[in-house]
Amino acid sequence: MSAPESVLVVGASAAGLATAESLRRKGFQGTLTVLGAERHLPYDRPPLSKQVLSGAWPPERIQLRGRDELDALDAEFVLGDPAVSLDAATRTVSAASGWTRRTDVVVLATGIRPRPFPGAEGLRGVHVLRTLEDAVALRGELAAAARVVVVGDGVLGSEIAATARGLGVAVTLVGRQATPMASQLGPRAAGLLGRTHSEHGVRLLIGASVERVTSRRGRVCGVRLGTGEVLAADVVVVAIGSVPVTDWLEDSGLVLDNGVVCDSRCRATAEGIYAVGDVARWHHEGIGAMLRLENRTNATEQAGAVAGNILGEDRPYTPVPYFWTDQFNAKIQVHGTLAADADVEIVEGSESDRRFVALYRNGGRPTGVLGWNMPKQTRLHRQALVDAADHSLTLPR
Amino acid sequence: MKITVDEVKCCGAGQCVLIAPEVFDQRDEDGIVILLDAAPAAEQHAAVREAASVCPAAAIHLGEEA
Ligand SMILES: Cc1cc2nc3c(=O)[nH]c(=O)nc-3n(C[C@H](O)[C@H](O)[C@H](O)COP(=O)(O)OP(=O)(O)OC[C@H]3O[C@@H](n4cnc5c(N)ncnc54)[C@H](O)[C@@H]3O)c2cc1C
Ligand code: SF4
Repeated sequence: MSAPESVLVVGASAAGLATAESLRRKGFQGTLTVLGAERHLPYDRPPLSKQVLSGAWPPERIQLRGRDELDALDAEFVLGDPAVSLDAATRTVSAASGWTRRTDVVVLATGIRPRPFPGAEGLRGVHVLRTLEDAVALRGELAAAARVVVVGDGVLGSEIAATARGLGVAVTLVGRQATPMASQLGPRAAGLLGRTHSEHGVRLLIGASVERVTSRRGRVCGVRLGTGEVLAADVVVVAIGSVPVTDWLEDSGLVLDNGVVCDSRCRATAEGIYAVGDVARWHHEGIGAMLRLENRTNATEQAGAVAGNILGEDRPYTPVPYFWTDQFNAKIQVHGTLAADADVEIVEGSESDRRFVALYRNGGRPTGVLGWNMPKQTRLHRQALVDAADHSLTLPR
Repeated sequence: MKITVDEVKCCGAGQCVLIAPEVFDQRDEDGIVILLDAAPAAEQHAAVREAASVCPAAAIHLGEEA
């Protein structure tokens, strides 16, 4: 396809904004439109469960770009108007207000939404955390709460538990795994994270599942576990995973399967349509598998790849996955993937000092790097993953 | 180009250093960004713009005055 004259980005958050910026940086001079469901200018989500929830930052602080920077982009932002349909054959997008636009290229950047707890929808005192409004609402209730139960021991649940505990609330973290974040960190580092939570007074209920949320007159009063035990709570936070926002694409003709299915260039299954960020499930050529990442740096890095491919670069997107989380006094950073059965070697610092870098290997090959309060050193060790990936591409398998 | 960095927002991801190592570094103790060159030469500008856009904390700001 020759260079497009118009691009519409659907979703005005980290990935959508970065796609627009990257297109301009790479020289795109055509018409650029960004359509977003939220009425806010693009803002950053990681601080929602950290500095915004704790109250350290006022909400305005998380706006990603100033007015002047957005003006310089020369893009039209249509905000507060969710897209409701896409005709993939003509690349025509319609929004709830009746707004429609037909463009040469459409980029899907609609992210994910929290999975609700069945039966708890609409109860006062039950919260999820994805948007600025969610964070402000939860913060308001935590200020008055005595007992909080966080359901879900993934990265988001663990982080919310830590921040809430930091506010002095009694927190119980309920999860199915042996320790919080076990599947993301592997047993050793997750064990250390579990100890960190316990030391700070979070009550960990491991290997437990919540059967239902209990309520009185429309307000939550606790949760009932699979064992029959009931935990009293004034506030319940549900962090049991998310689903890609693709419901509006059901009649589009695109292939959807746990996200928008894309090839190695992040192209969806119709000409001129791409996906980026948390909603995109693409073929990672280096790993040789379909991947969908829900993390912040992927949103911007993938945006760079998508913008390049829109403009004809024709390059596969093969990132080293990366995420970080801040819980109590621990900054944990992860490059690559940390398999549960990997060999773990501390290559810098020490676990007892709570400051170290660990290298994870599978069959002798470096597959992941985990840093605990050692950001610079962690980044330096990331190179081992890049070298290992280059190596595997040049060797016959 | 005039670069400023917001140390409070920086989350120590080091993306900027990977993209423009002659302009950015990180502190040894906590990984917070160090600006090596606030007014880099023209050949660095493209990399610096990319770093500012990719920074996951929106901690890098670019001004145009020389
Ligand atoms: C509380 C929290 C903490 C996090 N902490 C970390 C962290 O510490 N480290 C890390 O690596 N990652 C973290 N993340 C993940 C990171 O924020 C996401 O990976 C990133 O926001 C993904 O960007 P995105 O643009 O793909 O999706 P989103 O940020 O979800 O943006 C999608 C946008 O599209 C809009 N949209 C949806 N449907 C439509 C529609 N039909 N029409 C138009 N617009 C639509 C949405 O309203 C939203 O604004 C965190 C996320 C959350 C929620
Ligand atoms: S990329 Fe941004 S957050 Fe990361 S070290 Fe550089 S300035 Fe800090």
